[in-house]
Amino acid sequence: MNNRIEKCLENLRSCNKKALIPFITAGCGGYDFTKKAVSAMKEAGADIIEIGVPFSDPVAEGPVIQQVSLSALKSGTTLDGIFKMIKEIRMETDVPLIMMMYINSIFRFGTEKFFSMCEEYGIDGVIVPDLPYEEKDEIEDAAAAHGVIPISLIAPTSHERIKMIASCARGFIYCVSSTGVTGVRSSFSTDFDSFISEIRKYSDIPDMLGFGISTPSQIRDVRQYCDGVITGSAVVRLIDETDPGLSLENISALIASFRDALDN
Amino acid sequence: MENKKGRFGVYGGQYVPETLMNAVCELDKAYNRYINDTDFLNELHTLYRDYASRPSMLYYAGKMTEDLGGPKIYIKREDLNHTGAHKINNVLGQLLLAKKMGKKRIIAETGAGQHGVATATVAALMGFECVVYMGLEDMKRQSLNVYRMRLLGAEVVGVSTGTQTLKDAINEAMRDWASNCENTFYCIGSVMGPYPYPEMVRNFQKIIGEETKRQLLEKENKLPDCVIACVGGGSNAMGMFYDFLKEKEVKLIGAEAAGKGIDTKFHAATISKGTDGIFHGMKSLFLQNDEGQIDEVYSISAGLDYPGIGPEHADLFKTGRAQYVDITDEEAVNAFEYISKTEGIIPAIESAHAVAAAIKQAKKMDKSQILVICLSGRGDKDVYSIARYRGVNIDEQ
Repeated sequence: MNNRIEKCLENLRSCNKKALIPFITAGCGGYDFTKKAVSAMKEAGADIIEIGVPFSDPVAEGPVIQQVSLSALKSGTTLDGIFKMIKEIRMETDVPLIMMMYINSIFRFGTEKFFSMCEEYGIDGVIVPDLPYEEKDEIEDAAAAHGVIPISLIAPTSHERIKMIASCARGFIYCVSSTGVTGVRSSFSTDFDSFISEIRKYSDIPDMLGFGISTPSQIRDVRQYCDGVITGSAVVRLIDETDPGLSLENISALIASFRDALDN
Repeated sequence: MENKKGRFGVYGGQYVPETLMNAVCELDKAYNRYINDTDFLNELHTLYRDYASRPSMLYYAGKMTEDLGGPKIYIKREDLNHTGAHKINNVLGQLLLAKKMGKKRIIAETGAGQHGVATATVAALMGFECVVYMGLEDMKRQSLNVYRMRLLGAEVVGVSTGTQTLKDAINEAMRDWASNCENTFYCIGSVMGPYPYPEMVRNFQKIIGEETKRQLLEKENKLPDCVIACVGGGSNAMGMFYDFLKEKEVKLIGAEAAGKGIDTKFHAATISKGTDGIFHGMKSLFLQNDEGQIDEVYSISAGLDYPGIGPEHADLFKTGRAQYVDITDEEAVNAFEYISKTEGIIPAIESAHAVAAAIKQAKKMDKSQILVICLSGRGDKDVYSIARYRGVNIDEQ
């Protein structure tokens, strides 16, 4: 087991801790800011970090991530640039890194080249929201050849698809908290107990809950059902490009409050 | 052309978020159950005849034929359908299916507004709640259709993201669908999106080509030598081409929007300038940069202003079965005016792209041959923008 995600999750399980997985859009506020934010989030208690690759038309995202993606693209963020940034991040930390990106970014870059660069630069997994189980062949072999884990998503609408997806999933399962797109939500209507119990019938890898989780009190409410939480929009909406210092402080404080809510 | 389920060669597939997959699979099941069901097809064809006023006429354009001095020109009058375009064929099919599936709410995207109007119309007829997403830029260009949709009881939601055109309206409709997929049916307006949409929409549109073939056999006792249709997403073209695919001697030509020219940044010529990509649920050709960011596209025609093309067209292009030509705004506007004056038919600016391609193609053909133009819609909605293009102010005082 060489993959950093699997090692990290094994460690968490052995000390009975839950995972905190924040997301940040690469390049919003500049690569240097993203790098610092990754370090700050790690320091504040993040276990795994998701790096969002901005896409012109992110159909699975709500307004917050749409906005930062656009801003990152306007300031010239590219996949090559992101890989260079990852290389620098890797000199400083061994935190597991996952790229969240749309399939067209991988496909256009060249699937084989993309995963070979993931291996070389130290990306441990990918989350591709518009690549469902039916189309997994698009990346499966190339990802496996380079030791990169494609993370599977399961939604409240997955119903009888759960068995098929969960039984093939690796690393962890991204359990989508609610229908719709990413973004801050004030409440959830999904019955997490039955949703995640159903998934656990077919898989014993950790189940991480994401989409809409944005406050410590929400984390306290949901932590009993899952093995960890993924939080995206709550982090990126703190990015104020005019004041990077304050943004980093705010992000650190938010992650620390999430860590506390998850542990205590 | 179809091999693996949902694929046309390498193109097609189902690239949508997991949240939507159950809805897509449910649609696939319902579609496959009903598409060959006699009662369903009877009901659909009754609606085609009594509500949409099919069959549409195949009209011999004598003056145009004489003027161009080449092949006999026939015009398939999809503009005479109820709501003024071919879009109604597809919407009747999909909404009848939605009814069978027990859905209560219909969403749709629209560019020029023709698909939105058709969806709002059939939703009114069948008693659905209806929400139409439309880019703010397109709402400006097509304010008449916005008002028509509202008259028909639909809610029109302006989309302010991106280029505020068709692509962004589709993004927003997909986000709505992901939030409400258990009770909502997404009525896609073209031969695009995840399987089964490209095949389903084509099958609801293929009546265009089937009627054309039958009508021409009655009039001329032969097949056409060439058929021409405009291509944005490509539904009227696919509907016209499909029944002729097997007859290799029938030349198939799609007319793409070249805007201000394909060597400028202002066009929507996906086949000429596009590359393989995966977007809006399908693998197909897209206008995009090297990193796979989707381009902003442009055409005078809101209905052709889309950076992709249906996957079956991508395959027809790659296999060489169909050819695609570029028509600029200027050529389309000239053709718009030409056919208005010559035949007394004011075409949609989308369809004027097919007319312009036909004028060019006619020069390469002789008098013994037959050319059919698919006139996909009528041009009332475009009069204002054509006047503006010509620098004429027709604002009412």
